[in-house]
Amino acid sequence: MKHLLSADDITADEIVALLGMADHMAEVNARPVPKVPALRGKTVVSVFFEDSTRTRLSFETAAKRLSADTMTFSASTSSLNKGESLRDTIETLSAMRVDAFVVRHKSSGVPLQITEWTDACVINAGDGWHQHPTQALTDAYTMTREFGTPQTLKGKTVAIVGDILHSRVARSNVSVLTKLGAKVVLVGPNTLIPLHAAGWPVEISHSLDDVIADVDVLYMLRMQQERMETAFVPSLGEYTSRFGLTAHRASRLAEHALVMHPGPMNRGIDMVVDPADIPGNRILQQVANGIPVRMAVLFTLLGAGNASQLTQGTDL
Amino acid sequence: MSKTAELVFQNVSIVHPTGVEVGDVAIAAGLIVGVGTGLTGKKIIDATGLHLSSGFVDLHTHLREPGKEEAETIETGSRAAALGGYTAVIAMPNTDPSQDCVAVVNFVRQKAREVGLCEVVPSACITVGRKGEQLVPFAALHEAGVRIFTDDGNGVQDPLIMRRALEYSRDLDIVLAQHCEVSRLTEGAVMHEGECCSALGVPGWPSIAEELMLHRDIELVRLTGAPMHFLHLSTAGSVELVRRAKADGLPVTAEVTPHHLALTDDLLVGFDSVFKVNPPLRTSADIQALKDGVVDGTIDAIATDHAPHAAHTKDVPIDSAPPGMLGLETALGVVNTALDISVVRLVELLSWNPARIAGIQDRHGRPIAVGEVANISVWSSTDTWNVSRDEMASKSKNTPYHGMKIRGKVKYTVFNGELVVDNERAVR
Amino acid sequence: MSSAGTQSGAVVLTAQDISRAITRIAHEILERNRGINNVVLVGMQRGGVWIADAIKAAVERVEPGSTVGAGSIDVSMYRDDIGLRPVVPAAATNISVDLSGRTVVLVDDVLFTGRTVRAALEALNDYGRPRAVQLAVLVDRGHRELPIRPDYVGKNIPTHFDDEVLVNESGVVVTLAQQAEEKVS
Repeated sequence: MKHLLSADDITADEIVALLGMADHMAEVNARPVPKVPALRGKTVVSVFFEDSTRTRLSFETAAKRLSADTMTFSASTSSLNKGESLRDTIETLSAMRVDAFVVRHKSSGVPLQITEWTDACVINAGDGWHQHPTQALTDAYTMTREFGTPQTLKGKTVAIVGDILHSRVARSNVSVLTKLGAKVVLVGPNTLIPLHAAGWPVEISHSLDDVIADVDVLYMLRMQQERMETAFVPSLGEYTSRFGLTAHRASRLAEHALVMHPGPMNRGIDMVVDPADIPGNRILQQVANGIPVRMAVLFTLLGAGNASQLTQGTDL
Repeated sequence: MSKTAELVFQNVSIVHPTGVEVGDVAIAAGLIVGVGTGLTGKKIIDATGLHLSSGFVDLHTHLREPGKEEAETIETGSRAAALGGYTAVIAMPNTDPSQDCVAVVNFVRQKAREVGLCEVVPSACITVGRKGEQLVPFAALHEAGVRIFTDDGNGVQDPLIMRRALEYSRDLDIVLAQHCEVSRLTEGAVMHEGECCSALGVPGWPSIAEELMLHRDIELVRLTGAPMHFLHLSTAGSVELVRRAKADGLPVTAEVTPHHLALTDDLLVGFDSVFKVNPPLRTSADIQALKDGVVDGTIDAIATDHAPHAAHTKDVPIDSAPPGMLGLETALGVVNTALDISVVRLVELLSWNPARIAGIQDRHGRPIAVGEVANISVWSSTDTWNVSRDEMASKSKNTPYHGMKIRGKVKYTVFNGELVVDNERAVR
Repeated sequence: MSSAGTQSGAVVLTAQDISRAITRIAHEILERNRGINNVVLVGMQRGGVWIADAIKAAVERVEPGSTVGAGSIDVSMYRDDIGLRPVVPAAATNISVDLSGRTVVLVDDVLFTGRTVRAALEALNDYGRPRAVQLAVLVDRGHRELPIRPDYVGKNIPTHFDDEVLVNESGVVVTLAQQAEEKVS
């Protein structure tokens, strides 16, 4: 694995191995000195063309705990003028000897394009509506560890609720969760479910009330204001009444069911009830788990090395 | 009155509307001076195994000059056209300044005359600046030699403007050409709205955006009686709409591009903007319907929609990249490889029909006969070659066929009697 | 460190030889440290963990009533060849006591170049500052690349660099380099 661009590129075995590695990273995180020298001397650059303090800090913390050096390049889209100097930016940074780029961009496909312009490894931290693989890995980690089934999610039902069409988190999660054997149900208004999702290995429902009592995980997505303005939903109020997590809906959840959200929540819209009041709420665990999962990803990609550099012998 | 021929193609398969005849063709002083056997002249080319036909005519080329000369110029575009076997191209008007006034139209025509590698027939916009608001001076432009008017790139969105344009221009000997796209349904679109699009998470360009506009304008043609030519059709639904319109006897013609006969939407899975084009690449079902339309005559012509873009403009996130691909140099090869049709039908699509639609059939798409002006293309339908973006004569490199093998290559092109492409090389 | 391989070489230590060596090492540890009170046995993943457990059991047999502090350590994130070869999957690190002021006995099955032990020394630092660190190995096969020496050795077995040494509870098997090549092809 040279890059992590899409959850579609990793196999079920690779996912299980990464999550297993994350357990060890979690142990490192629990130490009084949560640091190992594994990636000492490696440089990890965060290139965030879209604001995201939470994900960027999670990656930077992960890199630092592996003793890597980190740099941040933060660019607001206006200053880059529709991506005009995207290639120049990457080539300039690459010239400073970078081992890994962690990239977030509002346009789908940018991390893949970047692999053409650099020898560094590229990690997708979210591109457009396309993929957010480390989020899905973190979510799978949270779920499997909660259920005590580190190798599989077979027999579990996960409902992903909301604006699926515009959600990279949804696409990555569909890929990872189905590979681990979960039954995935996409729930949302017809306008916000991709036209060809019927061909994905998922079920589709337009009623949250019909599915909520039977799920093991309720995964809520963020509903944005702009969707109302382009006629995807008539009003946010109507969206909330059909698909928001209200107190009444929360009371119908199974006792063991988990409630998750990739953040940030739109309180009063996707999340009406206060999550603190729901026993199955694992939203903060998701955030916490992001670090060991990202440590596992960085270690696997940057620690893997180049077979041609092998010297004699296979043991220490 | 026999002149010594300057140039003779010997033993070549001449393509006539009635069929193919093997023989010699002799050219002198800009005209065909002999068609038969045993002909000789100053320069003799053994064209055994090759086909000879009237030069190709492209109804749809973007030459980019004036305004975007870093992508292509009239000179480099003419060279690419000649290498593709074209003796005439219709230059699209989305230049900067637009071809919406006599001055710019004359500039383009004159520049091409100075280059002299093929004829460039400028088209003009339907509305000033292609803004869709004010009609251009049709009569004045017609007088300046324009026959095809189009807002290509946008399509005329306002039905009232299109109705007026059709009514006003009906009595002039011109034809409006429509780029069928309801832009409200394609905002931000990157590729065909299909399975690949849903998986990749990008805005889609639904087939219905083309079909709705096509349907609207077919009905406006029915209402006004004015002719219309439909540019770069790309969907199965569009083919059916045109088929029924023709069955109703309406004065409509339609073109299709080589890439819409050969390439599918899943090529965009790598987010390579070289495959981003307007209208987008679609599914194999659409390709099959377009091929059926070519066979049964619903589609009248192949037009390249040659759209050069400087490399740095395509090296951006795919949703910001300008749509468009090169097409002139690969047209024969792609169409010959993709379609299973007779050589006569091939020449009809590449030369005779487009010459007629463009109104230049007095000098292009002519019969191969003594006394006719010598605008000729000599080509192989069996030679295969590997397309390389670095070997394109075009100033830009955005060919979608880079690394692919196609069958069919132009060897010689004669423009107004001059051999401008000699054994696959442009003479200047 | 032990290496993978099928048992097609020579058995240099039988299960009983191993058991006797472990008992002797247990005695030596007790003697050198004058008892087990301040000593923590840390088995190195993966090959040293069962040996550390065996030494602990032997000590508790020899001096009944004592409880020996023990743990395991994984050094895959401290290796000096990270970025040079495929990632070694990590195993559990379990050190539940503060090591400051205590004598740590690192336990491994095979001592070879010494690089794993160097990594372990670095890893131990994250758990406190031991008073002393001693090294117990079942087999010393030579070819040190760093200045590391064992305090307790089960058996010295000279080998060629390319030989394979396989260790488990049933015995120690050495497969010579030529044989190893034939095996692979």
